[in-house]
Amino acid sequence: MKNRKVLNFCGNGFLSLLAGITILAISIFLVRIFSLGSKVLSREFLFTAPRNCMQEGGIFPALAGTFWLTVISISIVIPLGILTAIFLTNYGKPKWLLNVVQIAIDTLAGTPSIIFGLFGMAVFVNLLAMNVSLISGALTLAILALPLFINSCIEAIKSVPFDFYEASLALGATKRQTITKIVLPTALPNILTGIIVCIGRVAGETAPIMFTAATFYTRHLPEGLKDEVMALPYHIYALMTEGTHPETQVPIAYGTAVVLLLLVLGVSAAAVVIRSSIRRKRKW
Amino acid sequence: MVNNILSTENLNLWFGRNYVLKNVNLNVADKNITAVIGPSGCGKSTLLRCFNRMNDLIPETHIEGKVKLLDDDIYTSKMDVTEIRSRIGMVFQKPNPFPKSIYKNVAYGLQIQGKYCKDEINERVEQALKAAWLWEEVKDRLHSPAMALSGGQQQRLCIARALANRPEVLLLDEPTSALDPQSTAKIEELCLELQKSVCILIVTHNIAQAGRISNYTAFMYLGELVEFGHTEKVFTVPQDKRTESYLTGVFG
Repeated sequence: MKNRKVLNFCGNGFLSLLAGITILAISIFLVRIFSLGSKVLSREFLFTAPRNCMQEGGIFPALAGTFWLTVISISIVIPLGILTAIFLTNYGKPKWLLNVVQIAIDTLAGTPSIIFGLFGMAVFVNLLAMNVSLISGALTLAILALPLFINSCIEAIKSVPFDFYEASLALGATKRQTITKIVLPTALPNILTGIIVCIGRVAGETAPIMFTAATFYTRHLPEGLKDEVMALPYHIYALMTEGTHPETQVPIAYGTAVVLLLLVLGVSAAAVVIRSSIRRKRKW
Repeated sequence: MVNNILSTENLNLWFGRNYVLKNVNLNVADKNITAVIGPSGCGKSTLLRCFNRMNDLIPETHIEGKVKLLDDDIYTSKMDVTEIRSRIGMVFQKPNPFPKSIYKNVAYGLQIQGKYCKDEINERVEQALKAAWLWEEVKDRLHSPAMALSGGQQQRLCIARALANRPEVLLLDEPTSALDPQSTAKIEELCLELQKSVCILIVTHNIAQAGRISNYTAFMYLGELVEFGHTEKVFTVPQDKRTESYLTGVFG
């Protein structure tokens, strides 16, 4: 009798300790990055191009580059991912083939991103002669994000209760109507979560764009799909590894990290708000 | 002789190697309540699902024999499954309204057919909700979520949703087994009212319920239709030993 309660107490204590460690680690991480980076933050930092061998000025071209890379790759990923997930969950057969495809997707989802970078360079940059450009980078990022997004869509679709599916068919709906009018709207909040995770991943990746899209320095913004672009994560990488004036460039790198972090956090926060408002409207 | 709206002729059904329905011959009279009773796993829900082809969803299903809606065999390839399902409505064991508004739930069956204008849909939604005795309770909040209704109201909403298509037959698959006694009583009363305009085929675990509301009772055991006839007859002078044992509670 006594023993159970002691165990219970110890268990609770242990779990609280672990949760505490996690929170502490995140706090230290955030405080450190923000304290190192916030010194350089200003309006000018966000909206001007780098100057004087990247020792001064801002990160506007990198911000714009990351924005366009993310927008283009995500708009490729969303339709492809949702349609693929619908096919795999509702139409695909036979079963063994679906299993093979699923294993392939899981493997791709676990592949190191640098390998996608090499693939992108070999196929888009060289074979398809797109050169180092916005479009090559966006396509590479899309391929990287696609398996992750397909998996989250599959989960979202599978989480729709079979009851809804059955009820819709029993009312005389076709399979297509059931999927577009019942299954997808019900799965939407979870699909949105998947999109957010992808945005975070795509915006933060360095390796896939290193050889396919990113350039060390450009003063102007991308004007077309064929332009090379600067990007936030690559900018950080470049400043830290190739910078010749660490005393001025390291703070800029941390400032860039803060901007990247805030962007991803902002997108996540927006998604949480949208999702909870959708869920409030229809719960089951 | 009453008109038979649904009938089966030598219906056999397998799920893979599992022989579920054995040579079932059943005639369901129009504008009546027919109850199907029997112990768990006797195939009564499977039989019900043959009538609107819901068993098609299970890939290893194999069916032999005929299932007729009036004079049409519903398993011939020229029959449109979606049309059959809008002529034969179904209500499930667990209330399963869509995560949409009350209005959209009832209008769904009409909207997907794409042949009704907005006024017509509004009118039919109101009629269906009235027919399911839900109108007074929800008329001021048609656009609030259906999931916020109580269990009994949700089940009546599901009935209204099926009625909106103006079906000829309503299949009820243990519609009250997830509900409290009060909601159950209300749905039973509702069935008695609805049978004036639509044929009701109800599967139930509740022997007393079959006795209370049905005109005809079918008793199934291990995939066979053991006994079928007027409810009073089946309940008072069962012809088969197994029926008698089941009704008196020897097994169940």
